[in-house]
Amino acid sequence: MSLGGLIAPGFFSNGPVRAALLTGGVVAVVTAVVGIFTVLRRQSFAGHTLGEVGTTGGSAAFLAGVNPLWGFVAIALVAAGAIELVGVRRPRQRDLAAGLVLGAGLGLAALFLYLGSVTSPASGGASTSILFGSIFIIGPSMVSSIVALSAGALALIALCGRRMLLVSLHPDLAASRGVRLRLVGAIYLLALAIAVSLAAETIGAVLATALLVGPPATALRLTRRPGRALVAASLVGVAAVWLGILLSYDSYTWPPAGRTWPVSFFVVALVLVFYLAAQLPVRRLRARPRARARGEV
Amino acid sequence: MSARSVPAALGADVVCALEGVGVTRDGRRVLAGVSFALRAGEVAGLIGANGAGKTTLLKVIVGLLAPDAGTIRRATGGVGYVPQKVLLDADLPLRARDVVGLGVDGQRPGLTLSPTRRRARRAVVDEMLAAVDATAFAEARVGELSGGQQQRILIAQALASRPRLLLLDEPLANLDLRAEQDVVALIGRVAREQGVGVLLSAHDVNPLVSVMDRVVYLAGGRAACGPTAEVVRSEVLSALYGSRVDVVEVGGRIVVVAATTEDAHAHETDQAVASGLAT
Amino acid sequence: MFSGFMLNTWVAATLVAVVAGAVGLFVALRGSSFVAHAVPHGAFGGAAGAALLGWNPVLGLGIFAAGGALSMGWLSRRGRHDVGTALALVTMLGTGALFLSWSNEYASQVYALLFGEVLGVARGELLPIAGVGAASLGVLALVARPLLATSVLADAAPTRGRGARRVETAFLLLVALATTMSVPVVGALLMFSLMVAPGATARLVSDRPGRAAAVSVALALGIVWSAVALSYVLNWPVGFFVGTLGALAYGGGRLLALRRAGAGAPEGG
Ligand SMILES: Nc1ncnc2c1ncn2[C@@H]1O[C@H](COP(=O)(O)OP(=O)(O)OP(=O)(O)O)[C@@H](O)[C@H]1O
Ligand SMILES: [Mg+2]
Repeated sequence: MSLGGLIAPGFFSNGPVRAALLTGGVVAVVTAVVGIFTVLRRQSFAGHTLGEVGTTGGSAAFLAGVNPLWGFVAIALVAAGAIELVGVRRPRQRDLAAGLVLGAGLGLAALFLYLGSVTSPASGGASTSILFGSIFIIGPSMVSSIVALSAGALALIALCGRRMLLVSLHPDLAASRGVRLRLVGAIYLLALAIAVSLAAETIGAVLATALLVGPPATALRLTRRPGRALVAASLVGVAAVWLGILLSYDSYTWPPAGRTWPVSFFVVALVLVFYLAAQLPVRRLRARPRARARGEV
Repeated sequence: MSARSVPAALGADVVCALEGVGVTRDGRRVLAGVSFALRAGEVAGLIGANGAGKTTLLKVIVGLLAPDAGTIRRATGGVGYVPQKVLLDADLPLRARDVVGLGVDGQRPGLTLSPTRRRARRAVVDEMLAAVDATAFAEARVGELSGGQQQRILIAQALASRPRLLLLDEPLANLDLRAEQDVVALIGRVAREQGVGVLLSAHDVNPLVSVMDRVVYLAGGRAACGPTAEVVRSEVLSALYGSRVDVVEVGGRIVVVAATTEDAHAHETDQAVASGLAT
Repeated sequence: MFSGFMLNTWVAATLVAVVAGAVGLFVALRGSSFVAHAVPHGAFGGAAGAALLGWNPVLGLGIFAAGGALSMGWLSRRGRHDVGTALALVTMLGTGALFLSWSNEYASQVYALLFGEVLGVARGELLPIAGVGAASLGVLALVARPLLATSVLADAAPTRGRGARRVETAFLLLVALATTMSVPVVGALLMFSLMVAPGATARLVSDRPGRAAAVSVALALGIVWSAVALSYVLNWPVGFFVGTLGALAYGGGRLLALRRAGAGAPEGG
């Protein structure tokens, strides 16, 4: 199929589409970079929790008439603190900490939604739009806060990325080199909270989790160098988001309903396909790293 | 007595000196009155049964655990440390050389952008990889290396910060006979060539006899230290365990036997003594 | 509070609490909170699909719960566990979003499935719940021992044989079964909270499996009963009380365990 046939007319000249491509791309890069460490630290559940719990802050801020993004970030930070507080170093207990915080957070969300529907019955559908986001309604007012938060998250990762790699080898080994584990863990959770709330507010909690986990896990299979893993994860994430937006735009003419299919479906499906595709040739490529080892610089 | 850890005031080439060190974990006394010193270029074996306190003692020297008695003095310049049972995830996005690179500056915040710095780091990494004979698999993903190869890389990583003291916790565990001999020879060579003092733990003296300058034998929560021939003797170990222990040589191998029972029970004696000490 | 249709609520809540408490102990032992969240949460997509096709939503829910649980197992064997669970979850949710966009269902119905309202149980719903609940407990009784063994050993044994895999699959299907039974009635949030907090707390306060199971079920019952009563009085959502009380119970358990460790130390030293 030719490129012209794939891209429906008017795709690039459509304002909301261009805004969605831009924001989606930025968010995909930030979640991919933060997500590499999320996957290495086995904290997918914590990441997912922050996204869904941030929803609570989003709806609370919505009720209070504040920019929901800041509500998101605030609650995600509180939740990250709670996870750090409950969580002990063993991964199983971290999983548990995330579970408890998520249970309490969703309970709060239910309460806020209930109170919201009591005060203004119109906000009933808010829960689904927060869960699945709506990438096509990003207003220009949000762009500056999105840029600021993205830069913040990336700066935090730049600050402690190398130390986190050392920790991923072995915590005691890192501690013996003077790395302060709790400090590094806290900085990372801060970056995670920012990245996830950014993503959850702009593209929905579901896509936030998908982009946080899928592209990094794919990248870890494709490369064995830290820098390249960051680049590969970002590329996979951006590709999934952009292709997803394109397909969603195209799907306007598809059956059955005569309206577009949701972006979140396409992005999630693409993320899964990329992850599985990266797995397929693994067995055949297994022998290569060692053979290549001698050839390369 | 207050526990202290001071870096200064050591003899010329002493890299680590312990005096009367005691450790309590979970309210239970694990070690008491441990004293010994280690010089640059020397290899010392830290020998003891499971649960004797080898890992505990190494962590105390590294500074991960605080002693509750005695003093620990370390030469300036940091320590290299390889913990016990490091299981690297197969999907870590790190080549062997990246791991060694983390040994150079992994603890520093921020990114290294200056080309001179990067070149300097690269030179150190190449040197360390050569020192542990790991150049051949330097580019391979570290999680996909064999246990022995990973052990070498971790040792290179620990040496990359050019410490004067190297602490290895059970570096011979999970190695076959051949790899064991290779790593032992490597450790002896590294100690001499790099001038570091090496303290490595093991549950058996035999593989280390060829490189060990001295032994630190842990039993019953206490330690005996000295040249192998002087420490691994019936009288010394019997006093340490608090019950009669025989040291016999069978076909060139040293075997430690609890007097009444068989070899395998030495460990139980050890634990009985330890718990006797605790109450 | 105990009249007419509220009686149905009490019975349904009790049935759900017993099953969730029992399954929840193994969720805590295996460190599977993410699975306990993902299966009930993702299964709503099945209900949306069933509504689209004009089927009974419970059927769709069951298919999605079981299918999702099995794909979590399949993906987890091919990479990191949490990654596999996360990807299965988002796929289920994404598919659900697609089904929703196709159908003309009102979004509030999804809201009801996700957050649930136990205060509106019909008498006819009780029998199926009791049946599936009994089946879940039966399966649990069958696999409890091997489940316990692999849960405890999983940390020590990174390579796991076919037997362990079968046990893992049985566990995932158990979570799916419990989900199918309770989500249509009490909602995903309530089910998830009840599968996490009581088991985790029980594990803190007791080392013996039998006693821990009893504590877990008792806690689940206590939490759900208090939540229903509070919700009836204050008219706030049940899910809020279940989530909050669960977290409080766990906090209490931590304090108790700390106190006990503190009291135990002098004896040892
Ligand atoms: N985290 C801990 N908390 C409390 N006590 C501990 C802890 N780790 C070890 N101990 C206790 O300290 C003692 C010494 O343990 P240590 O791990 O130092 O032994 P080891 O000689 O390294 O044994 P192994 O050969 O099995 O590695 C043991 O009695 C053990 O029960
Ligand atoms: Mg040890």
